[in-house]
Amino acid sequence: MKALLLASEGEVEAPLLPPIPELVIGLIAFAIVFFFLAKKLSPKINKVLEERREAIEGGLEKAEAAQAEAQQVLDDYRAQLADARHEAARLRQEAQEQGVAMIAEMRTEGQRQREEIIAAGHAQIEADRKSAAASLRQDVGQLAGDLAAKLVGESLKDATRQSRTIDRFLDELENKSADTAKAEVTR
Amino acid sequence: MSAEQMLAFETDCHIFDGCGFPAPGLHSFLFEPIFSIGGFDFNKPMLLAVLGTFLIIGFFWAAFGRAKVVPGKLQMVGEAGYDFVRRGIVYEALGKKEGEKYVPFMVSLFFFVWIMNLWSIIPVAQFPVTSIIAFPAALALIVYVLWMYLTFKKHGFVGGLKNITGYDKSLGGVLPLAVTLEFFSNVLVRPFTHAVRLFANMFAGHLLILMFTIASWYLLNGIGIAYAGVSFVMTIVMTAFELFIQAVQAYVFVLLATNYVQGALAEHH
Repeated sequence: MKALLLASEGEVEAPLLPPIPELVIGLIAFAIVFFFLAKKLSPKINKVLEERREAIEGGLEKAEAAQAEAQQVLDDYRAQLADARHEAARLRQEAQEQGVAMIAEMRTEGQRQREEIIAAGHAQIEADRKSAAASLRQDVGQLAGDLAAKLVGESLKDATRQSRTIDRFLDELENKSADTAKAEVTR
Repeated sequence: MSAEQMLAFETDCHIFDGCGFPAPGLHSFLFEPIFSIGGFDFNKPMLLAVLGTFLIIGFFWAAFGRAKVVPGKLQMVGEAGYDFVRRGIVYEALGKKEGEKYVPFMVSLFFFVWIMNLWSIIPVAQFPVTSIIAFPAALALIVYVLWMYLTFKKHGFVGGLKNITGYDKSLGGVLPLAVTLEFFSNVLVRPFTHAVRLFANMFAGHLLILMFTIASWYLLNGIGIAYAGVSFVMTIVMTAFELFIQAVQAYVFVLLATNYVQGALAEHH
Protein backbone atom coordinates (compact mmCIF):
# COMPACT_ATOMS: atom_id res chain seq x y z
CA MET A 1 0.00 0.00 0.00
CA LYS A 2 1.29 3.36 -0.88
CA ALA A 3 1.66 5.87 1.84
CA LEU A 4 2.34 9.47 1.58
CA LEU A 5 5.05 11.24 3.39
CA LEU A 6 3.19 14.18 4.69
CA ALA A 7 5.30 15.94 7.16
CA SER A 8 8.10 16.39 4.70
CA GLU A 9 5.76 18.02 2.21
CA GLY A 10 4.40 20.32 4.85
CA GLU A 11 0.72 19.87 3.96
CA VAL A 12 -1.94 20.45 6.54
CA GLU A 13 -3.64 17.33 7.80
CA ALA A 14 -7.28 18.34 7.65
CA PRO A 15 -9.53 15.36 7.02
CA LEU A 16 -12.67 17.51 7.06
CA LEU A 17 -11.43 19.97 4.48
CA PRO A 18 -12.44 18.60 1.11
CA PRO A 19 -9.73 18.75 -1.49
CA ILE A 20 -11.09 20.41 -4.61
CA PRO A 21 -9.90 17.86 -7.22
CA GLU A 22 -11.57 15.00 -5.36
CA LEU A 23 -14.72 17.10 -4.97
CA VAL A 24 -14.83 17.71 -8.69
CA ILE A 25 -14.13 14.08 -9.52
CA GLY A 26 -16.83 13.02 -7.10
CA LEU A 27 -19.37 15.40 -8.64
CA ILE A 28 -18.52 14.31 -12.15
CA ALA A 29 -18.57 10.61 -11.26
CA PHE A 30 -21.95 10.89 -9.61
CA ALA A 31 -23.29 13.05 -12.41
CA ILE A 32 -22.28 10.37 -14.92
CA VAL A 33 -23.98 7.64 -12.92
CA PHE A 34 -27.08 9.76 -12.40
CA PHE A 35 -27.51 10.85 -15.99
CA PHE A 36 -26.87 7.39 -17.31
CA LEU A 37 -29.41 5.90 -14.95
CA ALA A 38 -31.98 8.67 -15.24
CA LYS A 39 -31.82 9.15 -19.01
CA LYS A 40 -31.02 5.70 -20.31
CA LEU A 41 -31.78 2.89 -17.92
CA SER A 42 -34.57 4.09 -15.67
CA PRO A 43 -37.04 4.62 -18.53
CA LYS A 44 -36.10 1.23 -19.91
CA ILE A 45 -36.62 -0.65 -16.70
CA ASN A 46 -39.77 1.32 -15.87
CA LYS A 47 -41.18 0.47 -19.28
CA VAL A 48 -40.40 -3.18 -18.75
CA LEU A 49 -41.87 -3.17 -15.24
CA GLU A 50 -45.00 -1.50 -16.60
CA GLU A 51 -45.21 -4.04 -19.41
CA ARG A 52 -44.80 -6.85 -16.93
CA ARG A 53 -47.51 -5.40 -14.71
CA GLU A 54 -49.78 -5.13 -17.73
CA ALA A 55 -48.90 -8.62 -18.85
CA ILE A 56 -49.74 -10.00 -15.44
CA GLU A 57 -52.94 -7.98 -15.21
CA GLY A 58 -53.81 -8.89 -18.81
CA GLY A 59 -53.29 -12.55 -17.94
CA LEU A 60 -55.50 -12.13 -14.93
CA GLU A 61 -58.15 -10.42 -17.00
CA LYS A 62 -58.00 -13.19 -19.59
CA ALA A 63 -58.31 -15.80 -16.90
CA GLU A 64 -61.26 -13.94 -15.43
CA ALA A 65 -62.91 -13.71 -18.83
CA ALA A 66 -62.34 -17.42 -19.41
CA GLN A 67 -63.78 -18.20 -16.04
CA ALA A 68 -66.81 -16.02 -16.69
CA GLU A 69 -67.31 -17.73 -20.03
CA ALA A 70 -67.02 -21.14 -18.44
CA GLN A 71 -69.55 -20.09 -15.83
CA GLN A 72 -71.84 -18.82 -18.57
CA VAL A 73 -71.55 -22.10 -20.46
CA LEU A 74 -72.18 -24.04 -17.28
CA ASP A 75 -75.27 -21.95 -16.54
CA ASP A 76 -76.53 -22.42 -20.08
CA TYR A 77 -75.93 -26.12 -19.86
CA ARG A 78 -77.71 -26.32 -16.55
CA ALA A 79 -80.64 -24.32 -17.91
CA GLN A 80 -80.80 -26.62 -20.94
CA LEU A 81 -80.64 -29.65 -18.73
CA ALA A 82 -83.46 -28.31 -16.57
CA ASP A 83 -85.48 -27.55 -19.71
CA ALA A 84 -84.82 -31.02 -21.04
CA ARG A 85 -85.85 -32.58 -17.76
CA HIS A 86 -88.97 -30.48 -17.71
CA GLU A 87 -89.74 -31.41 -21.29
CA ALA A 88 -89.19 -35.08 -20.58
CA ALA A 89 -91.47 -34.93 -17.58
CA ARG A 90 -94.08 -33.15 -19.65
CA LEU A 91 -93.83 -35.74 -22.44
CA ARG A 92 -94.07 -38.57 -19.98
CA GLN A 93 -97.13 -36.98 -18.44
CA GLU A 94 -98.66 -36.45 -21.86
CA ALA A 95 -97.91 -40.01 -22.93
CA GLN A 96 -99.47 -41.30 -19.75
CA GLU A 97 -102.57 -39.22 -20.33
CA GLN A 98 -102.72 -40.30 -23.94
CA GLY A 99 -102.30 -43.91 -22.91
CA VAL A 100 -105.15 -43.64 -20.43
CA ALA A 101 -107.30 -41.94 -23.04
CA MET A 102 -106.45 -44.62 -25.63
CA ILE A 103 -107.22 -47.41 -23.23
CA ALA A 104 -110.55 -45.80 -22.38
CA GLU A 105 -111.28 -45.26 -26.06
CA MET A 106 -110.38 -48.78 -26.96
CA ARG A 107 -112.48 -50.05 -24.12
CA THR A 108 -115.44 -48.05 -25.36
CA GLU A 109 -114.79 -49.21 -28.91
CA GLY A 110 -114.57 -52.83 -27.81
CA GLN A 111 -117.75 -52.42 -25.86
CA ARG A 112 -119.41 -50.89 -28.86
CA GLN A 113 -118.20 -53.63 -31.20
CA ARG A 114 -119.26 -56.30 -28.78
CA GLU A 115 -122.71 -54.77 -28.55
CA GLU A 116 -122.84 -54.52 -32.32
CA ILE A 117 -121.85 -58.10 -32.72
CA ILE A 118 -124.37 -59.15 -30.12
CA ALA A 119 -127.04 -57.05 -31.75
CA ALA A 120 -126.15 -58.50 -35.15
CA GLY A 121 -126.35 -62.02 -33.66
CA HIS A 122 -129.70 -61.25 -32.16
CA ALA A 123 -130.98 -59.90 -35.44
CA GLN A 124 -129.68 -62.92 -37.30
CA ILE A 125 -131.24 -65.26 -34.83
CA GLU A 126 -134.50 -63.34 -35.06
CA ALA A 127 -134.39 -63.43 -38.82
CA ASP A 128 -133.62 -67.14 -38.84
CA ARG A 129 -136.33 -67.77 -36.36
CA LYS A 130 -138.76 -65.75 -38.45
CA SER A 131 -137.82 -67.51 -41.67
CA ALA A 132 -137.96 -70.85 -39.92
CA ALA A 133 -141.36 -70.04 -38.50
CA ALA A 134 -142.51 -68.86 -41.90
CA SER A 135 -141.23 -71.95 -43.67
CA LEU A 136 -142.62 -74.14 -40.91
CA ARG A 137 -145.94 -72.49 -41.18
CA GLN A 138 -145.84 -72.92 -44.90
CA ASP A 139 -144.87 -76.59 -44.58
CA VAL A 140 -147.42 -77.23 -41.90
CA GLY A 141 -150.07 -75.53 -44.02
CA GLN A 142 -149.05 -77.53 -47.02
CA LEU A 143 -148.98 -80.71 -44.99
CA ALA A 144 -152.28 -79.85 -43.51
CA GLY A 145 -153.59 -79.14 -47.00
CA ASP A 146 -152.09 -82.35 -48.36
CA LEU A 147 -153.52 -84.26 -45.50
CA ALA A 148 -156.85 -82.65 -45.95
CA ALA A 149 -156.78 -83.28 -49.70
CA LYS A 150 -155.84 -86.86 -49.17
CA LEU A 151 -158.47 -87.23 -46.60
CA VAL A 152 -160.93 -85.64 -48.90
CA GLY A 153 -159.63 -87.42 -52.06
CA GLU A 154 -159.82 -90.93 -50.62
CA SER A 155 -163.12 -90.03 -49.18
CA LEU A 156 -164.41 -91.35 -46.15
CA LYS A 157 -165.73 -94.60 -47.69
CA ASP A 158 -164.48 -96.91 -45.30
CA ALA A 159 -162.56 -96.98 -42.19
CA THR A 160 -159.86 -99.19 -43.61
CA ARG A 161 -159.01 -96.82 -46.29
CA GLN A 162 -159.18 -94.01 -43.90
CA SER A 163 -156.65 -95.61 -41.67
CA ARG A 164 -154.52 -96.59 -44.64
CA THR A 165 -154.39 -93.06 -45.92
CA ILE A 166 -153.44 -91.76 -42.59
CA ASP A 167 -150.69 -94.30 -42.37
CA ARG A 168 -149.37 -93.40 -45.79
CA PHE A 169 -149.41 -89.72 -44.99
CA LEU A 170 -147.47 -90.38 -41.92
CA ASP A 171 -144.95 -92.45 -43.86
CA GLU A 172 -144.52 -89.67 -46.39
CA LEU A 173 -144.10 -87.22 -43.69
CA GLU A 174 -141.40 -89.40 -42.19
CA ASN A 175 -139.60 -89.80 -45.49
CA LYS A 176 -139.74 -86.10 -46.13
CA SER A 177 -138.25 -85.26 -42.84
CA ALA A 178 -135.57 -87.93 -43.45
CA ASP A 179 -134.79 -86.38 -46.85
CA THR A 180 -134.53 -82.97 -45.33
CA ALA A 181 -132.15 -84.31 -42.71
CA LYS A 182 -130.07 -85.99 -45.41
CA ALA A 183 -129.94 -82.88 -47.46
CA GLU A 184 -128.94 -81.02 -44.34
CA VAL A 185 -125.98 -83.41 -43.76
CA THR A 186 -124.70 -83.35 -47.34
CA ARG A 187 -124.85 -79.64 -47.53
CA MET B 1 9.23 12.19 13.12
CA SER B 2 11.41 10.49 10.61
CA ALA B 3 10.17 9.51 7.21
CA GLU B 4 10.34 5.82 8.06
CA GLN B 5 7.99 6.17 11.03
CA MET B 6 5.43 7.85 8.86
CA LEU B 7 5.07 4.88 6.55
CA ALA B 8 1.68 3.33 6.99
CA PHE B 9 2.86 -0.12 6.21
CA GLU B 10 6.46 -1.11 6.80
CA THR B 11 6.72 -4.59 5.35
CA ASP B 12 9.88 -5.76 7.10
CA CYS B 13 9.21 -4.52 10.59
CA HIS B 14 8.01 -6.81 13.39
CA ILE B 15 7.66 -6.50 17.15
CA PHE B 16 10.89 -7.02 19.14
CA ASP B 17 12.86 -5.89 16.07
CA GLY B 18 13.39 -2.55 17.65
CA CYS B 19 10.90 -0.58 15.59
CA GLY B 20 7.71 1.00 16.84
CA PHE B 21 4.17 0.03 15.82
CA PRO B 22 3.44 1.78 12.54
CA ALA B 23 0.01 2.89 13.65
CA PRO B 24 -2.44 3.96 10.94
CA GLY B 25 -3.58 7.54 11.02
CA LEU B 26 -4.50 10.47 8.85
CA HIS B 27 -1.58 9.68 6.62
CA SER B 28 -3.32 6.41 5.70
CA PHE B 29 -5.85 8.49 3.78
CA LEU B 30 -3.37 10.42 1.71
CA PHE B 31 -1.96 9.00 -1.48
CA GLU B 32 0.80 9.84 -3.80
CA PRO B 33 -0.54 10.75 -7.21
CA ILE B 34 -0.50 7.94 -9.75
CA PHE B 35 0.12 10.53 -12.42
CA SER B 36 -0.07 14.28 -12.71
CA ILE B 37 -1.35 16.45 -15.52
CA GLY B 38 -0.25 19.99 -14.94
CA GLY B 39 -1.26 20.80 -11.39
CA PHE B 40 -3.81 18.01 -11.29
CA ASP B 41 -2.81 14.92 -9.32
CA PHE B 42 -4.67 11.76 -10.10
CA ASN B 43 -4.55 9.51 -7.05
CA LYS B 44 -5.94 6.17 -5.91
CA PRO B 45 -9.31 7.35 -4.49
CA MET B 46 -9.98 9.15 -7.75
CA LEU B 47 -9.12 6.02 -9.70
CA LEU B 48 -11.45 3.96 -7.49
CA ALA B 49 -14.20 6.55 -7.89
CA VAL B 50 -13.89 6.39 -11.67
CA LEU B 51 -13.72 2.59 -11.66
CA GLY B 52 -16.73 2.46 -9.35
CA THR B 53 -18.65 4.74 -11.68
CA PHE B 54 -17.99 2.43 -14.62
CA LEU B 55 -18.79 -0.58 -12.45
CA ILE B 56 -22.23 0.80 -11.55
CA ILE B 57 -22.99 1.85 -15.09
CA GLY B 58 -21.69 -1.46 -16.40
CA PHE B 59 -23.81 -3.44 -14.00
CA PHE B 60 -27.00 -1.54 -14.70
CA TRP B 61 -26.31 -1.55 -18.40
CA ALA B 62 -25.90 -5.31 -18.32
CA ALA B 63 -29.00 -5.67 -16.13
CA PHE B 64 -31.36 -3.17 -17.78
CA GLY B 65 -29.74 -2.58 -21.19
CA ARG B 66 -31.89 -5.19 -22.84
CA ALA B 67 -34.56 -5.40 -20.18
CA LYS B 68 -37.13 -8.07 -20.78
CA VAL B 69 -40.58 -8.63 -19.36
CA VAL B 70 -39.39 -12.04 -18.24
CA PRO B 71 -36.14 -11.08 -16.52
CA GLY B 72 -32.80 -12.87 -16.66
CA LYS B 73 -30.72 -13.47 -13.56
CA LEU B 74 -28.77 -10.22 -13.75
CA GLN B 75 -31.89 -8.20 -14.50
CA MET B 76 -33.57 -9.77 -11.50
CA VAL B 77 -30.69 -8.75 -9.24
CA GLY B 78 -30.75 -5.25 -10.72
CA GLU B 79 -34.49 -5.01 -10.28
CA ALA B 80 -34.19 -6.17 -6.67
CA GLY B 81 -31.72 -3.33 -5.97
CA TYR B 82 -33.77 -0.83 -7.93
CA ASP B 83 -36.98 -1.86 -6.20
CA PHE B 84 -35.31 -1.83 -2.78
CA VAL B 85 -34.57 1.87 -3.12
CA ARG B 86 -37.79 2.64 -4.95
CA ARG B 87 -40.25 0.92 -2.64
CA GLY B 88 -38.18 0.72 0.55
CA ILE B 89 -37.05 4.33 0.63
CA VAL B 90 -38.63 6.65 -1.93
CA TYR B 91 -42.23 5.39 -1.97
CA GLU B 92 -42.18 5.11 1.81
CA ALA B 93 -41.32 8.77 2.30
CA LEU B 94 -42.76 10.49 -0.76
CA GLY B 95 -45.50 8.18 -1.93
CA LYS B 96 -45.77 6.56 -5.32
CA LYS B 97 -47.11 9.55 -7.25
CA GLU B 98 -44.80 12.25 -5.93
CA GLY B 99 -41.76 10.02 -5.45
CA GLU B 100 -41.56 8.50 -8.91
CA LYS B 101 -39.43 11.26 -10.45
CA TYR B 102 -36.87 11.09 -7.63
CA VAL B 103 -36.37 7.35 -8.02
CA PRO B 104 -33.49 7.51 -10.54
CA PHE B 105 -31.67 10.07 -8.40
CA MET B 106 -32.04 8.08 -5.20
CA VAL B 107 -31.13 4.80 -6.88
CA SER B 108 -28.00 6.41 -8.33
CA LEU B 109 -27.17 7.90 -4.95
CA PHE B 110 -27.60 4.62 -3.13
CA PHE B 111 -25.52 2.55 -5.49
CA PHE B 112 -22.89 5.24 -5.87
CA VAL B 113 -22.40 5.51 -2.11
CA TRP B 114 -22.59 1.78 -1.61
CA ILE B 115 -20.01 0.90 -4.26
CA MET B 116 -17.67 3.68 -3.07
CA ASN B 117 -18.01 2.23 0.43
CA LEU B 118 -17.57 -1.29 -0.83
CA TRP B 119 -14.09 -0.56 -2.22
CA SER B 120 -13.00 -0.77 1.40
CA ILE B 121 -13.02 -4.55 1.45
CA ILE B 122 -12.35 -5.32 -2.21
CA PRO B 123 -8.89 -6.92 -2.41
CA VAL B 124 -6.17 -4.72 -3.93
CA ALA B 125 -8.44 -1.64 -3.78
CA GLN B 126 -9.04 -1.86 -0.03
CA PHE B 127 -9.88 1.77 0.39
CA PRO B 128 -13.31 3.32 0.89
CA VAL B 129 -13.55 6.27 -1.45
CA THR B 130 -16.12 7.86 0.84
CA SER B 131 -13.54 8.16 3.61
CA ILE B 132 -12.16 11.09 1.66
CA ILE B 133 -14.47 13.90 2.77
CA ALA B 134 -14.64 15.39 -0.69
CA PHE B 135 -16.80 12.56 -2.05
CA PRO B 136 -19.50 12.59 0.65
CA ALA B 137 -19.33 16.38 0.57
CA ALA B 138 -19.97 16.42 -3.18
CA LEU B 139 -22.99 14.15 -2.76
CA ALA B 140 -24.29 16.07 0.25
CA LEU B 141 -23.88 19.28 -1.75
CA ILE B 142 -26.00 17.90 -4.57
CA VAL B 143 -28.69 16.83 -2.12
CA TYR B 144 -28.48 20.22 -0.38
CA VAL B 145 -28.90 22.11 -3.64
CA LEU B 146 -31.81 19.87 -4.62
CA TRP B 147 -33.42 20.38 -1.23
CA MET B 148 -33.05 24.17 -1.34
CA TYR B 149 -34.25 24.33 -4.92
CA LEU B 150 -37.36 22.29 -4.16
CA THR B 151 -38.11 24.25 -0.99
CA PHE B 152 -38.05 27.67 -2.67
CA LYS B 153 -39.72 26.42 -5.81
CA LYS B 154 -42.58 24.93 -3.86
CA HIS B 155 -43.12 27.62 -1.22
CA GLY B 156 -41.62 30.77 -2.71
CA PHE B 157 -38.95 32.82 -0.96
CA VAL B 158 -40.75 33.71 2.27
CA GLY B 159 -42.64 30.44 2.42
CA GLY B 160 -39.41 28.58 1.77
CA LEU B 161 -37.69 30.37 4.59
CA LYS B 162 -40.61 29.60 6.86
CA ASN B 163 -40.46 25.98 5.78
CA ILE B 164 -36.74 25.74 6.48
CA THR B 165 -36.89 27.49 9.81
CA GLY B 166 -40.02 25.75 11.04
CA TYR B 167 -41.80 29.09 11.48
CA ASP B 168 -44.82 28.62 13.74
CA LYS B 169 -46.70 31.54 15.30
CA SER B 170 -48.07 29.43 18.13
CA LEU B 171 -44.58 29.30 19.61
CA GLY B 172 -45.03 32.90 20.81
CA GLY B 173 -42.04 34.29 22.62
CA VAL B 174 -39.80 31.35 21.84
CA LEU B 175 -40.31 31.92 18.13
CA PRO B 176 -37.13 33.97 17.42
CA LEU B 177 -35.01 31.48 19.29
CA ALA B 178 -36.66 28.49 17.60
CA VAL B 179 -36.31 30.06 14.16
CA THR B 180 -32.66 30.88 14.74
CA LEU B 181 -31.91 27.37 15.98
CA GLU B 182 -33.78 25.73 13.16
CA PHE B 183 -32.06 27.92 10.63
CA PHE B 184 -28.65 26.91 11.90
CA SER B 185 -29.66 23.30 12.32
CA ASN B 186 -31.12 22.95 8.85
CA VAL B 187 -29.33 25.40 6.62
CA LEU B 188 -25.83 25.22 8.04
CA VAL B 189 -25.41 22.03 10.03
CA ARG B 190 -27.55 19.65 8.03
CA PRO B 191 -25.36 19.29 4.92
CA PHE B 192 -22.31 19.08 7.14
CA THR B 193 -23.72 16.23 9.27
CA HIS B 194 -25.08 14.56 6.17
CA ALA B 195 -21.62 14.37 4.65
CA VAL B 196 -19.66 13.79 7.85
CA ARG B 197 -21.90 10.93 9.02
CA LEU B 198 -20.94 8.91 5.99
CA PHE B 199 -17.36 10.08 5.91
CA ALA B 200 -16.68 9.38 9.59
CA ASN B 201 -18.20 5.92 9.47
CA MET B 202 -16.08 4.92 6.52
CA PHE B 203 -13.04 6.66 7.92
CA ALA B 204 -13.32 4.87 11.27
CA GLY B 205 -14.09 1.55 9.63
CA HIS B 206 -11.07 1.79 7.42
CA LEU B 207 -8.86 2.75 10.35
CA LEU B 208 -10.08 -0.28 12.33
CA ILE B 209 -9.44 -2.74 9.54
CA LEU B 210 -6.12 -1.12 8.84
CA MET B 211 -5.06 -1.25 12.48
CA PHE B 212 -5.84 -4.96 12.86
CA THR B 213 -4.24 -5.75 9.51
CA ILE B 214 -1.04 -3.93 10.37
CA ALA B 215 -1.04 -5.40 13.88
CA SER B 216 -1.40 -8.93 12.50
CA TRP B 217 1.75 -8.40 10.51
CA TYR B 218 3.63 -6.39 13.12
CA LEU B 219 3.01 -8.96 15.88
CA LEU B 220 4.32 -11.83 13.77
CA ASN B 221 7.44 -12.41 15.86
CA GLY B 222 8.14 -14.60 18.93
CA ILE B 223 5.34 -14.70 21.46
CA GLY B 224 3.58 -12.03 19.43
CA ILE B 225 2.46 -14.70 16.93
CA ALA B 226 -0.33 -15.77 19.31
CA TYR B 227 -1.59 -12.18 19.43
CA ALA B 228 -1.18 -11.89 15.69
CA GLY B 229 -3.74 -14.70 15.32
CA VAL B 230 -6.23 -12.80 17.45
CA SER B 231 -5.59 -9.69 15.48
CA PHE B 232 -6.09 -11.55 12.20
CA VAL B 233 -9.41 -12.93 13.37
CA MET B 234 -10.39 -9.40 14.33
CA THR B 235 -9.47 -8.24 10.85
CA ILE B 236 -11.90 -10.73 9.36
CA VAL B 237 -14.61 -9.86 11.87
CA MET B 238 -14.18 -6.16 11.19
CA THR B 239 -14.26 -6.77 7.45
CA ALA B 240 -17.57 -8.58 7.78
CA PHE B 241 -18.83 -5.82 10.04
CA GLU B 242 -17.73 -3.20 7.52
CA LEU B 243 -19.68 -5.00 4.80
CA PHE B 244 -22.76 -4.44 6.93
CA ILE B 245 -21.90 -0.86 7.85
CA GLN B 246 -21.25 0.07 4.22
CA ALA B 247 -24.74 -0.98 3.21
CA VAL B 248 -26.31 0.67 6.25
CA GLN B 249 -24.50 3.96 5.64
CA ALA B 250 -25.53 3.98 2.00
CA TYR B 251 -29.10 3.32 3.10
CA VAL B 252 -28.99 6.05 5.74
CA PHE B 253 -27.49 8.57 3.33
CA VAL B 254 -30.26 8.00 0.80
CA LEU B 255 -32.94 7.84 3.48
CA LEU B 256 -31.87 11.27 4.77
CA ALA B 257 -31.75 12.68 1.26
CA THR B 258 -35.28 11.41 0.66
CA ASN B 259 -36.47 12.87 3.95
CA TYR B 260 -34.99 16.26 3.04
CA VAL B 261 -36.84 16.18 -0.26
CA GLN B 262 -40.01 15.20 1.56
CA GLY B 263 -39.52 18.10 3.99
CA ALA B 264 -39.10 20.47 1.07
CA LEU B 265 -42.28 19.25 -0.59
CA ALA B 266 -44.32 19.09 2.62
CA GLU B 267 -47.14 21.58 3.10
CA HIS B 268 -46.90 24.30 5.68
CA HIS B 269 -48.15 23.44 9.10
